[in-house]
Amino acid sequence: MGVAIKVENLSKQYRLGKIGTGSIAHDLNKWWHTVRGKENPYLKIGETNDRSTKGNSDYVWSLKDINFEIEQGDAVGIIGRNGAGKSTLLKILSRVTGPSTGSVKVKGRIASLLEVGTGFHPELSGRENIFLNGAILGMRKAEIKKHFDTIVDFAGVERYIDTPVKRYSSGMYVRLAFAVAAHLESEILIVDEVLAVGDAEFQKKCLGKMNDVSKGEGRTVLFVSHNMASIRNLCSSGIILQNGMVRYSGNIENCIEDYTKLDIENGDYNKKHVIIDDSYRRFFASHERNIDFLSVEILNKSLNNALATNEDIILEIKIKSVKDIDGCRIAVGVNNINDTPCGVHFSEQNIEVKANEVQKLKVIFKDHQLAKGKYYFDFSIGKGNQIEGFKDFDIIHKTIFFEIAYSDIESKQMIPIWHSSWGNINFQNIEITQN
Amino acid sequence: MKVQAQEEWDLEIQPKNKLFDLQLKEVWHYRDLMWLFVKRDFVAQFKQTILGPLWHVIQPALTTMMFLLVFGKIARIPTDGIAPAAFYMAGLTIWNYFAACLTGTSGTFTANASIFGKVYFPRIVMPLSVVISNMVKFAIQFALLIIVMVYYHFNGYPIQLSANLLFIPFIVLLMAGIGLGLGIIISSVTTKYRDFAVLLSFAVQLLMYATPVIYPLSYLQGKSFRWLVDINPLSPVVESFKYVLFSKGYVDPLHMLYSIIFMLLSVGIGYIIFNRVEKSFMDTV
Repeated sequence: MGVAIKVENLSKQYRLGKIGTGSIAHDLNKWWHTVRGKENPYLKIGETNDRSTKGNSDYVWSLKDINFEIEQGDAVGIIGRNGAGKSTLLKILSRVTGPSTGSVKVKGRIASLLEVGTGFHPELSGRENIFLNGAILGMRKAEIKKHFDTIVDFAGVERYIDTPVKRYSSGMYVRLAFAVAAHLESEILIVDEVLAVGDAEFQKKCLGKMNDVSKGEGRTVLFVSHNMASIRNLCSSGIILQNGMVRYSGNIENCIEDYTKLDIENGDYNKKHVIIDDSYRRFFASHERNIDFLSVEILNKSLNNALATNEDIILEIKIKSVKDIDGCRIAVGVNNINDTPCGVHFSEQNIEVKANEVQKLKVIFKDHQLAKGKYYFDFSIGKGNQIEGFKDFDIIHKTIFFEIAYSDIESKQMIPIWHSSWGNINFQNIEITQN
Repeated sequence: MKVQAQEEWDLEIQPKNKLFDLQLKEVWHYRDLMWLFVKRDFVAQFKQTILGPLWHVIQPALTTMMFLLVFGKIARIPTDGIAPAAFYMAGLTIWNYFAACLTGTSGTFTANASIFGKVYFPRIVMPLSVVISNMVKFAIQFALLIIVMVYYHFNGYPIQLSANLLFIPFIVLLMAGIGLGLGIIISSVTTKYRDFAVLLSFAVQLLMYATPVIYPLSYLQGKSFRWLVDINPLSPVVESFKYVLFSKGYVDPLHMLYSIIFMLLSVGIGYIIFNRVEKSFMDTV
C-alpha cells in the first residue's frame, strides 16, 4: 500500500478583524512585495492560534508547519479541541480554501463531506436533488443513475421521492443527503462531524456504512469528530492537533489517551463548581428554553474529584425559570470520558419551579457501581415522556468531570487496573452461590 | 521502483494555482453538474407560480410597451424604418441577455459562498451555467420576437430574410462572452471589497442608454456625444443583431472587430483572475 495523502509544511494564515479601508494598505504592501519579487511580508509574522488570549498581531496561524502522511486504506481520526485547526485542515484537503504555504499531495479522487446536503434546493424534488447533490460532490450522471435505487433505499424515502425536499422532515432530509454522500465512489473520503444529526438508528446505519467504506472497500477515510467513542469505532490511527500544530499522531488508542490528557491540562477536568454558559448547550437547539441551568457543583470532599467506588456522589444543581412550571423531571446522564454513555437517571416528575427564583436541587448517586475510570455528567430538565410527548427546557453537556480512582472512601486503596474493554460498570450487588 | 511510484500524484494542492493552468480537464469532468445547475435555475425559479416560464415572455412584452410609449410616442426617437415594437423588442432581447449574464455571473463568489465553502468543484462551472440558463431564457424571448416580427410582416413591415441571419449564434456568443468576462472579473474583485457590486447594480441600467438599444446608431450621426456609444463594445453587437434581423442599420467591420477583441480579452483576463481568486476567496468573502 502506498501513501494516499502527503502533507508537507502546510500552514494557513488568517487575518483577523474587519475588511475595509484599513486592510487595503496591507494588500497594496503585499502586492508591492510580489511585484519586486520579494516574499509576502505578512507570512513572517503571526501568532499561534490561541483563542483565549488576546494577541498583538492581526495575523494568526490557524495551521503551522503540519507534516504527515496517510497510507492508502487507513481510517484516520483527526482530533482536537475547538480552534485547534481541524476544520482548516479539512478545508484545505477538500480544496475549499488554499494553504498559505506548503503543499498537499494526493493520490486518488477526494470526496469531502464537510456538510450533508450541500446544494440541496428546497424547491426541487428528492429525485432531482439526488442528481444535483451527487454532481456537486463530483459524481457523473451515469454513476448516480447506477446507485439511484440503493440511495433511495438507504435513505428510506421512496414514498416522497417526487416531493420537494422542503416538505421533508428534517430527519428525512438528512437521511437523503447522507445517502447520496455514502455512495460516492472515491478513493479518499473526508468526513466532518456530520454524524451528529439524525436519529440514533440512522446514526448507527451511517457509522456502519462508514465502517464498510474504510474496512471493506479499502478506501482511505479522514474523520473529524469530538466523539471519542465513534472515533475509536471507526479509526485505526489518529492525529491530534493543538493550536495549529500536530501534537501527536499514531495508534488511535494512544491518541485518545493523549487527548483526554489534553482535556485535563486545560483545567476543565477537575473543576468542582461549573457555571453553565452556552458553550455547554452545544446539542440544544430548542428556542423554548424556559428553564436555565445556572451551575453544577460536586459536593464530595475529594482532591481533583477523585472518588471511591463505595462513595455516594453528591451534586448540587442550581436552576432558574422564566415562568412557573409544575411537574418537571430532570435527567442525569453519566458518560465515560471517551464519550461512551454509561447510563441515565430520570427523576420523578415532581419538581416545581417558580418564575425568576433560583432553585437548588441536590442529586445523590448511591451505590453507583461505576468502574475505575474518568467520567462526566450531562443534565437535562424537561417534562413528559416518550409516549405522551415530551419537551426539554434545557440540556447541558460535559459539565462536571470526575474519576473513580479508589475502592475505599478513605482513598487508601487504589483500584489497580480496569481494562477499557470490560465496560464502565463494575457490578457489585451480585450473589453467586455454590451448591 | 518504489520511489518512482510515490512521485505520481493525482493532485497537488499548492498555495496558488499556476497562472495559465485553466483546469479544462476538470471542468469537462463536471459538465453534468453544469447542466444540472441550468436545470435547477430554470425549474426552481418558477415553482409555485401559475404562469411559470410565461413570465419570461411577459417581462419583455411589458417593457416593450413602456418603451413604445416613452421613447416612441413621447420622445419620438426614430427606429430606422423598423416597426417600433419589433425594434425595441429586438434591442431588449439581446440587451437583457447581456444584463442577465453580467449580473448573474458577477455574484458568483458572494452568492454561492455557502456551497463553495463546503465542497470543491471547478468554480467556473457556476458562471458558465448562468450563461447557459440565460441562453434558454434568451431563446424564449427570441421566439416571442419572431412572433412579433411575423405579425408586422402582414401589417406593413415585410420581413426580408437574408443569409445574415446565420450570424445570430455568433452575435449571441459574443454577447455571452462579454457578459461572462466582465461578470467573473467583477465577481473576483468583489470577494474582498464589495464596492463594485454596488456600482454594478445601477451601472448596467445606465450602460443600456449608452448602447443603441432604444435608438439606432444612425440617429447619432454628427452628434457630439457619439464617441460615448462608439467606445462601448456592446454597441456594434446590439446594432448588428438588429441589422441581421431587419437588414437596416449600419455595422462597421472594424467596430465589430473591436468588440470581438474586447470579448476575448475580458474572458481571458477574467478566467485568469477568477482562477487565482477561487483558491483564497473563502477567507475573505
